[in-house]
Amino acid sequence: MAKHIVTVNKGSLQKTVKTGGCGECQASCQSACKTSCTVGNQVCQKQ
Amino acid sequence: MDIHRFEQNGMHIVLDVNSGAVHVVDKPAYEALAVWDGQNDAAVLAALGGAYGEAAAAEVLAELRALMDQGLLFSPPPAVPAALGDAPLVKSLCLHVAHDCNLRCGYCFAGTGDFGHDRGLMPPEVAERAVDFIIAGSGRRKHCELDFFGGEPLLNMETVRRAVAHVRRREAETGKVFKLTLTTNAVLLDEATLAYLNAENISLVLSLDGRREVHDNMRPYADGSGSWQDALAGIRRAVASRGGQNYYLRGTYTAHNLDFAADVLAMADLGFAALSVEPVIAKDGGYALRPEHLPALAAGYDALAAEYLARRRAGRPFEFFHFNLNLDNGPCVAKRLAGCGAGHEYFAVTPAGDLYPCHQFVGRDEYLVGNIFDGINKPAMVQRFRRAHALAKPACRGCWARFYCSGGCHANAQLFGGDLAVPYELGCELQKKRLECALMIQASLALEKGGC
Repeated sequence: MAKHIVTVNKGSLQKTVKTGGCGECQASCQSACKTSCTVGNQVCQKQ
Repeated sequence: MDIHRFEQNGMHIVLDVNSGAVHVVDKPAYEALAVWDGQNDAAVLAALGGAYGEAAAAEVLAELRALMDQGLLFSPPPAVPAALGDAPLVKSLCLHVAHDCNLRCGYCFAGTGDFGHDRGLMPPEVAERAVDFIIAGSGRRKHCELDFFGGEPLLNMETVRRAVAHVRRREAETGKVFKLTLTTNAVLLDEATLAYLNAENISLVLSLDGRREVHDNMRPYADGSGSWQDALAGIRRAVASRGGQNYYLRGTYTAHNLDFAADVLAMADLGFAALSVEPVIAKDGGYALRPEHLPALAAGYDALAAEYLARRRAGRPFEFFHFNLNLDNGPCVAKRLAGCGAGHEYFAVTPAGDLYPCHQFVGRDEYLVGNIFDGINKPAMVQRFRRAHALAKPACRGCWARFYCSGGCHANAQLFGGDLAVPYELGCELQKKRLECALMIQASLALEKGGC
């Protein structure tokens, strides 16, 4: 048990290089000026 | 920059940029990561030994090393996914069904609705053709998206209804599934319109800027009178009529309300739970945001994040869009790099059927890329947008937020820097602040659930 560090999320970005890219996710507005769908705030539609 | 370490709401947080892993660390580990680069153990022992003792410093190093071995710290950059090189599919269209508006909002990028050109309504035939355009361009993709936008789209409900009817016919023919959204100032949302929008499962983005005086100052009618009361009445009708689901209240803050957190909370206090408030985009004018506003705005996000957690813990939660970060099931790398898809996956359609890279480019004539009847006539421009992803922008390659913002908004980059490859710096700073708040919130909630 780590004493100094708690990992709250084990990232998986690398894995998605192979598994992702299906393109089914919602469009996202990076200025969030319209439908408020900045990419970091999205969920993957595949899972 | 492979990690980002920051303090937020009394927590020490470390993001491993390339994997997306998030760690909450104590002070010795936080200080160690100011020095450690994955190899220089002796420097960490020297830096921490005096304050915490050599044994504690060695303990910290052992934990950091274990994370690195698991690929959760200083992880290598992911390869650029092959999907980014594929030919683009059209995923989403923004239909400007009305280049006209019943309000005269001071900050409107649409130039109070006309986008710098003549006022006008989109004929139903143009909207129907746009539906066919997206179906033809969407290839194997099952999901298509249409946003009814303006100006004010409720000024042209005939075209909205005809477009939706055409969508339903084409869905049945093709097996496509459309997600429909309508962005409105809400003052014309009567019972009959709402019954129709609800029956068709059309998501609503409802514009409200928070406190009455803030809203009325920037969102008046043409005669100068405030629209807050009518907008709020329409929004209340809308939200109640759909059981509090399938909507977002969306506001804009300006230099006139740097204390925008009070506006977010005012909307929560009115009983609305799905909230999003965004910084105004403007180069000039007294309401434009400037770099000297950043400390006040950062303090606003700090306060809002703390209150978000406090209300959640007290059983009075609200959602603030930018804090809804999904750490476990976020988008893939391809999506994170490609971002909004403006100009290749996403287009705006004017009342005449002209195509622009997005709604904010409408009226910038050099960015007219084609029309829905003849298709794209500037393929080089489309490729330019497709290639303008986060890793293609020098300022983004070394930024810790590159997998969350996708390189920022193209329209803002072009407006402020004259170059798609140069992100709008003030927007970047606000984005990073929101991300730190979001990461803190998600880390806090994960710890309350028991960690990883």
